[in-house]
Formats: sequence, C-alpha cells, structure tokens
Amino acid sequence: MNLYQNVLRSDEKAAFGLRELYRSYGYLPFKMSKFEEYDLYVRNKDFLVSDNVITFTDTNGRLMALKPDVTLSIIKNGKDLPGTVEKVYYNENVYRISKGTRAYKEIMQAGLECIGEVDDYQILEVLTLAAKSLEQISDESLLDLSHLGIVSEVLENAGLSDEGKKEILNLLGEKNLHGAMEICKNEGVCEASARAIKTLITTYGTPEEVFPALKEIGISEEPIAQLEALVGAMKSNGIDSVRIDFSVINDMRYYNGIVFRGFVKGIPTGILSGGQYDKMMKKLSRKSHAIGFAVYLDLLERLEDTKEYDVDTVLLYDETDTPEEIAAAVKALSAQGSVTAHRNKPNLKYKKLVTVKEAKNLG
Amino acid sequence: MDKMLNIALPKGRLGEKVYAMFEAAGFECPSIKENNRKLIFENPEKGVRYFWVKPSDVAIYVERGAADLGVAGKDILLEYRPEVYELLDLNIGKCRMAVAAKSDFRDNPNRTLKVATKFTNIALNHYTSLGRDIDIIHLNGSIEIAPILGLSDVIVDIVETGTTLKENKLEVIDTIVPISARLIANKTGFKFKNEMIQAVMNGLAAQTEESK
Repeated sequence: MNLYQNVLRSDEKAAFGLRELYRSYGYLPFKMSKFEEYDLYVRNKDFLVSDNVITFTDTNGRLMALKPDVTLSIIKNGKDLPGTVEKVYYNENVYRISKGTRAYKEIMQAGLECIGEVDDYQILEVLTLAAKSLEQISDESLLDLSHLGIVSEVLENAGLSDEGKKEILNLLGEKNLHGAMEICKNEGVCEASARAIKTLITTYGTPEEVFPALKEIGISEEPIAQLEALVGAMKSNGIDSVRIDFSVINDMRYYNGIVFRGFVKGIPTGILSGGQYDKMMKKLSRKSHAIGFAVYLDLLERLEDTKEYDVDTVLLYDETDTPEEIAAAVKALSAQGSVTAHRNKPNLKYKKLVTVKEAKNLG
Repeated sequence: MDKMLNIALPKGRLGEKVYAMFEAAGFECPSIKENNRKLIFENPEKGVRYFWVKPSDVAIYVERGAADLGVAGKDILLEYRPEVYELLDLNIGKCRMAVAAKSDFRDNPNRTLKVATKFTNIALNHYTSLGRDIDIIHLNGSIEIAPILGLSDVIVDIVETGTTLKENKLEVIDTIVPISARLIANKTGFKFKNEMIQAVMNGLAAQTEESK
C-alpha cells in the first residue's frame, strides 16, 4: 500500500484504508448495480439527504434512478434470517444535488451496514469501526454520540404539541437554547421538563463531563445506562474520541436508539453519519434491526495539500541527444523522483532542471 | 486551521457593538480600534482573530469554517438556513421582519398577492404557512417604493423604527418574526475549539442576561 503514497489522493487512500478496516472485521463487500427503480426512492423520500434524483426511462419503460443512497438498496435486497446478522460494507458513488451549486454531483461514499439481530455488541462494533474510520482519515477526529431514546423521552415528558416537538428537535440540532426556551414558555412546559431540554441542548463534551448532568434530568435509566456501557467499552478498547452531543438528530421517523456523527479537523461539516434505523427497516417490511454509517469521501479533498511542485526534475534534450541517451538519462533520474523529458522548457513547477549532458555527467 | 479562534464580525454599527461585547467578555484585541483599512485583527495573547465582513456574509464564513464564530442577524439565518449552531441571542440589533403595505391597502384573498422582498424564503414560508398564493418579486433594495409604484401589493422587510415606512406612507400590517443578532458557530470548530468557545459564550451570556 505504501508504494502508492505519492500517487493516491486522500479520498482514494481513505477508501482503500476503510475497505481494509471493514474487511478485517469480517464485513463482506456489497456490490450493487448503478441504477435502482425510482419507486424505491419516491416511497422513502424523507430518508434521503436531498430528494432530487436523476431519473431515466429504461428500455422496457420502467422509470429508473441513479442511486442517491446506498442504504435503501441494501435493505431492499437483503433477506431476514432470524437469529443471524448480515455485515456488509460498500464503496460506491451516489448522485446528489450539491448545496452550493444546486447541480448534481457524483459523491464517493464508503460505509457499512449491520443488519439482523443487532445486540449491544454489534452496536459497539459499528461504533468502534466508525471511530477507527475517522482515525484513518485524520489524526484529530471526534465521534459525537446521541441516543434518540433519551431525546424522545424528554420531549414526550414535556407534553409538547406535535408542532412544538418538531420545532424543539430542530432547535436541539442548532443548539439553540433561547429558541427552545421560548417554545417551552409558550406551551407551558413545566420547569423540570424545560430544565431537561436545556440540559440536552447545552451539554457537550466527554462522557465523564456529560453523564452526571444527564442523570439529573429524571428519565428512565435504561437508555442512559446503554450509552454509558457502550462508551465505557469503547474507552477500554482504546477509543477516547467519543463525545456526547444531543444535537445529532437524525430523522426520528427512520432512526431510533444510538445515532452518531463524525468530525475531523479541517472539514467544516460532519464527514461521517450513522445510527440505528429499525424504523426504516419496518417501513420496508423487514423484521430485523439494523445499524450502519456512511463516510462522505468527497469532502476529503479539502484535506489535500497543495503541491509545491508538479514534478521533481525536468530533463531538457536537444537534437544532438539520441533517444537512447535520453531514455538512459530518464531512467537514471527517475531513481530520485519524478522526471519529465522535453525539448523546450515546459510550463511546470519543478525542483531542478537538467540537460541530458549534465545528467550523463552526474550519472 | 490553527489554534486561534476566528471570529467574523458584521461590518458597521452593529459590529462595533458586538465587538464591545467580546471585549467586555475578556477577548479584547486593541489593534481593532486603530483607524485603518485593515480587515483582519489578531491578539495572539488571547488567541483570537477578528475580521470584518459584510453582515449578510457572516453566516457563509462560519458555515464553511473560515470563521469558528460569527454574529449574524436572525433574518439572515432564516433566509439562508446555514448549517451552523445558533448559540446565543445577543439581544442587540433588535428589529422585526414585517409585512407592510400602503395605508389604504385592502387585501383581496381571491387574487394572488404580489410580494416584493429581499427575503424570498422568509416571505414564501410565511405565506405558505397561511396557505396564501403569492407572487414573489425579488428586489435588492429600496423595497419601500414597490407598493407605491404598483409593482407589488405588499412588502416583506426588516422594520426597526418604522420611520422609513412612515415617510413613504406605508404601514406594518403583520409581524412575521422578531429579529436580533445571534452568536453562531461552525459545527467542526465548536467541537475542536470547544473550551474557548464555551468561555466566549459564558462571557457574552453574562452580558445578555444583564441587558434583559
């Protein structure tokens, strides 16, 4: 692998590294076709990051789509086998609208899904792989963890209207305390519940910092204990990039339980996103549980350093040099890095410029 | 990305007020008060770097990570919906987003309402929530003259004191949402520079509490 360090872009490096990581944990590659029936996406529009899909009519008249998402295809194509888990990873291109340009973009995505009898160990394994994926990409990474069970219980206890719940959820995602408190006031939420909502919005940090405050908010112990056990197990396995952050709010119509998002220094948005999506499984008539995540590899180009030089050496030849001499000079110079041979000085940034005659003398 | 906390401030009167709050919170940067045309100011001792940008651009700098923190009006946040954290209501730069029309305007629900505005998304959301069909006319300035010239029936715009409206014989017929300056943070910056951002937040929050 190290052979190609100079050639691979950071997204390619990450893609290979991640595949190796997932394979080493026994995940199998999932290969799918480029197209999927459009129908699948129409029925589950809200699950997609953007609801614009590139469509075309197939030769038999069916409306097809260039896949904007991989998870749906994996769920659709799998079978429920009671008592087992299916572990797959993928590295695929998806097609989505980019927010900035409002045009379609090809996005390379890597990720994995664990579907079936998902128990606490499987969740731990997926979280571990998420944290390790981030470590592969950058030396400085953080995995933000939330538990939708905790969030929904707090909102339920507050006795909010459906509209109010939706708004508070959005405000939680923005860490917008002043907005949330105003809604609490307008809807007459009791002080204890408002305090619990405040705790969810304002707590962020290492598990040690967050759990004491979390235990004060008066909800059932089960989800907190689950979260605490998972984080503890990760820590004893040498992963301490975990932070608790309830602003990670995946759509509650599809997700439940543990949800998470990954950040690396230097990329302004999250580059990894995942969680348990049992509700989505149910919608697609699957009985199993599921958890998975995706890494947005297209964002990694921002980590790419600008190269100082296009090439190490430029070799200049003239009509007196024979092709044989030039080839010999190229061969000798290429031992020290990249070399490009030209008759006239090329428009490139280079470290040094040598003629064939100079190269011969050096050799 | 470095250790310094990058803060985007809105150029203008509001920005100066905001800077005064940062200063009072203990994150001063004396060079900012020198009268020159520089746009970037640093105080390595406190670990802060301030820069002045156009108020409507603050959210862009923060969303894309060029700034870790910034101060932007709620109007901009509602209009562009940037992916940022909204950490504090600074309770300054207060005004409201309102619907205004000529004093003799009478709404006819059978007709599509012509709305002139700079804030297309806010206007659309407002009227969609009312179930009202509208025609949006996007203007970049001098919105007030649109109803006078018959270009639109109403306008959706920021109203501070209402003087400009009055001088043009317009009046507010509906308030959409109150507006004030908000402290926003980049999502990644918030995590990797959390300690410092929390310190800034606490310093600013103490002041907004006082002003309430």
